[in-house]
Amino acid sequence: MATAVAEVKAEKASLGSTLWSWLTTTDHKRIGILYGVTAFVFFLIGGLEALIIRAQLAHSGNDLVSAETFNQLFTMHGTTMIFLAVMPLSAAFFNYIVPLQIGARDVAFPRLNAFSYWVFLFGGLLLNASFLFGAAPDGGWFGYPNLTSKQYSPGLNIDFWVIGLQVLGIASLAAGFNFVVTIINLRAPGMRMMRLPVFTWMTLVTQFLVITAFPVITVALVFLMFDRFFGTTFYSTAAGGDLLLWQHLFWLFGHPEVYILILPAMGIVSEVLPTFSRKPLFGYAVVVYSGLLIGVMGWGVWAHHMFAVGMGPIADSVFSATTMLIAIPTGVKIFNWLATMWGGQVQFRTPMLFALGFIAMFIIGGLSGVMHSSAAADLQQTDTYFVVAHIHYVLFGGAIQGIFAGIYYWWPKITGRLMNEKLGKWHFWLSFIGMNLAFFPMHFIGLLGMPRRIYTYSPELGLDTLNLVSTVGAFLIGISVLIFIYNVWWTRRHGEVAGNDPWRAATLEWTIPSPPPPYNFSVIPEVVSRLPRWSVTQMKAIPEVPPEPIHLPGGSYWPVVTAFGILVMAAGALLHSLWVVLLGGAVLVVGIYAWAFEPFEV
Amino acid sequence: MTHYTATGLDSRKLAFWAFIGSECLLFGSLISTYLVYKGRSVRGPTPQEILNIPLTSVSTFVLLTSSLAMVLALAAVARGDKLWSRVWLFSTAFLGSIFLGFQAYEFTEFVHNGLTITTNLFGSTFYTLTGTHGAHVAVGVIWLLTLLVRSFQGKLGPDKALNVEIAGLYWHFVDVVWIVIFTVVYLIQ
Amino acid sequence: MHFHRVPLVAAIGSISLVLFLVACGGPFPQSALHPTSDFGYALDDLFRTIFWLALGVFVVVESLLVYVIVRYRARPGQPPPPRVHGNTLLEAAWTLAPAVILMFVAVPTIQTVFRTDGSAPEGALEIDVIGHQWWWEYRYPEYGIVTANELHVPRGRPVVLKLTSADVIHSFWAPRIGGKRDAIQRRQNRLAFTADSVGVFMGQCAEFCGESHARMGLRVLVQDSSDFAAWVAAQTAPPVPEDSLTELERRGLEEFREIRDPASNSCIACHAVQGISAGVLGPNLTHVASRGTIAAGMLPNDSANLARWLRDPKAIKPGSKMPAIGLSTDEIEALVAYLRRLR
Repeated sequence: MATAVAEVKAEKASLGSTLWSWLTTTDHKRIGILYGVTAFVFFLIGGLEALIIRAQLAHSGNDLVSAETFNQLFTMHGTTMIFLAVMPLSAAFFNYIVPLQIGARDVAFPRLNAFSYWVFLFGGLLLNASFLFGAAPDGGWFGYPNLTSKQYSPGLNIDFWVIGLQVLGIASLAAGFNFVVTIINLRAPGMRMMRLPVFTWMTLVTQFLVITAFPVITVALVFLMFDRFFGTTFYSTAAGGDLLLWQHLFWLFGHPEVYILILPAMGIVSEVLPTFSRKPLFGYAVVVYSGLLIGVMGWGVWAHHMFAVGMGPIADSVFSATTMLIAIPTGVKIFNWLATMWGGQVQFRTPMLFALGFIAMFIIGGLSGVMHSSAAADLQQTDTYFVVAHIHYVLFGGAIQGIFAGIYYWWPKITGRLMNEKLGKWHFWLSFIGMNLAFFPMHFIGLLGMPRRIYTYSPELGLDTLNLVSTVGAFLIGISVLIFIYNVWWTRRHGEVAGNDPWRAATLEWTIPSPPPPYNFSVIPEVVSRLPRWSVTQMKAIPEVPPEPIHLPGGSYWPVVTAFGILVMAAGALLHSLWVVLLGGAVLVVGIYAWAFEPFEV
Repeated sequence: MTHYTATGLDSRKLAFWAFIGSECLLFGSLISTYLVYKGRSVRGPTPQEILNIPLTSVSTFVLLTSSLAMVLALAAVARGDKLWSRVWLFSTAFLGSIFLGFQAYEFTEFVHNGLTITTNLFGSTFYTLTGTHGAHVAVGVIWLLTLLVRSFQGKLGPDKALNVEIAGLYWHFVDVVWIVIFTVVYLIQ
Repeated sequence: MHFHRVPLVAAIGSISLVLFLVACGGPFPQSALHPTSDFGYALDDLFRTIFWLALGVFVVVESLLVYVIVRYRARPGQPPPPRVHGNTLLEAAWTLAPAVILMFVAVPTIQTVFRTDGSAPEGALEIDVIGHQWWWEYRYPEYGIVTANELHVPRGRPVVLKLTSADVIHSFWAPRIGGKRDAIQRRQNRLAFTADSVGVFMGQCAEFCGESHARMGLRVLVQDSSDFAAWVAAQTAPPVPEDSLTELERRGLEEFREIRDPASNSCIACHAVQGISAGVLGPNLTHVASRGTIAAGMLPNDSANLARWLRDPKAIKPGSKMPAIGLSTDEIEALVAYLRRLR
């Protein structure tokens, strides 16, 4: 919210018109801010769920929450962090930063962009509304049938999950098409593909994964929904169905999804490291290609999530081998990052600390990943806390730290003010220590025999102390996030004014004022090199005032109306009311037509 | 739409190709499921007992013909031929509707012969797959009719040929998907 | 810019603390790091190979990271660093190096995968393992034994578990015996092992299976062949004859047999006692008193715990399929007395 202030205040607009302008905005920067703020709130909710989980597990035999509540909490923690926090936090950067990095005035389809955001918001609210009905999803974020079939989960819980995820899928897909086209088509003259900043490149790979992976989970979810609502037999063994169908479809989506979560953070790190090493990224092309390769190979490894299901030794071996292969491009990225700093001048500003933390922690997560890429060894690891440790090293140590690096790095661009360095460092170190306290013991907790997703454990296991350490670590992370929030609040008033380029960075977004004017670039830049601000061949300066008037599209309320139609349809499905679904469908159709025919020049 | 783009391609067209790529995965998942579950139903009716290949061959032919009409519609719009653009747009939508009529007839017939979406795995996978395809055809028909209305409103000149081209891309894609479904479900039993 | 030693020390210190806790803690009865069967050793050997390789890589790469950020930290008055953009030879080197290391992971992995694929030699003891929400059923076709939660196996004889599920997906995991495999409806997975030391080895369900997933424990009792033979003899012995029951136990038997309304409140609707009832939804109770624990390894099998369980199973195991049938204290006492006789 703090970020929006400057621009709006200038107009001295009334509250109503401010709200209306945000509701109808099609400006990628505002949508980026909406994504960021919304996702951060969901991040806090997911974090709160994690803290309750850790409090429950602080010692054996605890009864802080019931088994039922615990199962809801870990299901929602996973679902929230993946779909409502990490993905949309990345989306906030896609929205805000990518057009600036490629020298564009907006995304290719500004209204579709607004639509994506509203659908995401409604989907997230729908999922979390389940708590109000005491029926939060409780089948795990992976929702394996037949546990999630009507017979074993008769309540609304799984309905919320199945429908919520489909809604969120629409948001992701719409954004995916938009950004693929934006990056390919809206590059400024001279911005060749191999001049794109690595963050933009990783965004492109991510969006390709989104548009190919989400249809697969949509199909799996539709089957489950049909089974639950209409009595089809997709996941019914009695009818001859196979429960592994879901697992294959889910992980066919689920593994690319892992890269959807991590690649943007890798992109951010690849921007931050050169800036604070005062040296260009080492092996730019290799870093780009390894990202592409990770994206492509991500499609060939899904069954490594299924080593215990009994696929047979041949399939197990094949998926072990493909999974190990992915370690190679990942390793290559890490070595290139190290080489970027080699011989540089490493400045320990907050974004850099988070980027370094990313590398340090991602190495651990990557190595534990190699450990369970080994199908046989994985039989002792899968579904234990060892895997919980692994995913948190890659998703917290990796994705979240990468995102925080991005927040500190681009905050001055977005708000015009630098965040407080001292608070930033407190945030980093507390979170770094907390993270290692929380997640490092989990490796041992798992190897010493604690399965995942258990609401309580026996004192006989001897794991009380390690679990307590882990819980303390989790609360340290919680405190570090509070410091971050305080930093945001502090920066709003007292933050040092940033100017165009506080970091003396290389890429295009730093050539324009902070925050950027609504039109971004007063003239569309002519790009002459990969590092426009560092290169010897200087690009033409961008004038402060546009030399000629710039046409900017006005807002549109049809995206939010159309998104609302989808929400009504989803609510109708939850209520099993055909009439409500049809009503929502009608709103959707009206929205699409009005949208298609309203005068809106990009 | 004469905007500068880095590739020279119109953004909407590019987006549509991305969309088609995404749709391939959607239908790919549905078709794979159909194949995985083929022959696993614990009770009938089986595909052999119920599928009417001659009938569906006719509807397939109708749908393929509609693709030809679509090509002619685009050509007519591009050269600003109002009459023939209307004729061919209408023909495409009409042939699409005929296909949908065949499908409605087929579904009704199957239900009468005891195959519903809940009867067995074949029913579940068959109706979901062909139903999803049918829904795509229905959206296409509505889209074409919208273009037809725009044409009658005089808002579909050669400058709007791209709108028709994108609708055509969609329509041809849906046709190609049907050829795959027809082959997998009906021909290779 | 001054370098942050204090927090770094804190971070390293915290990791050391964890290592210390692991090294000095324990015993860890459910640890995967202390195998006791050929299956467990095979996985453990593989894990150790990978672990040391991973540790080596970890030390090298993290040291490199620390070296780089210390050595190349910005100092005032430095000239701008050279604009290096890459080096093909280096790229090739650090593409190949991980590939080579991974070969040392891949080869033993594939060997072990084939070695531990669940095939067992001729003459192995076959046991059907059926997962239920939330308990384990074991059937020994060779002896005609049906029992629950406590798996008895002889030391030194190959055993093959044939896993399936009566309801949702479960996963059989006794870490000291070996890795886990899922128990899936209408599928059969196999785990083969030969246990090499006598003892009681804890385990539990590893695949999230609903409300009381955490309460789905199991125990593997590895016995000398004579002890195992004695156990088999006891399990295959006919149940306690009715005329030898005491008055209290006889009343318990009547409670057990009583058909209640609704029928699901009757003991015999779900539980089998040989010669008396044939229920299959709950554990077979023919020799329930011979087991060390009740409620899938949750509680020691004694009169007090049995009584608690009978009073309200859901209070002990949330979501338990066994209803609280509202028995009086007297009735419970009688039932417990009867059940305790089923040795």
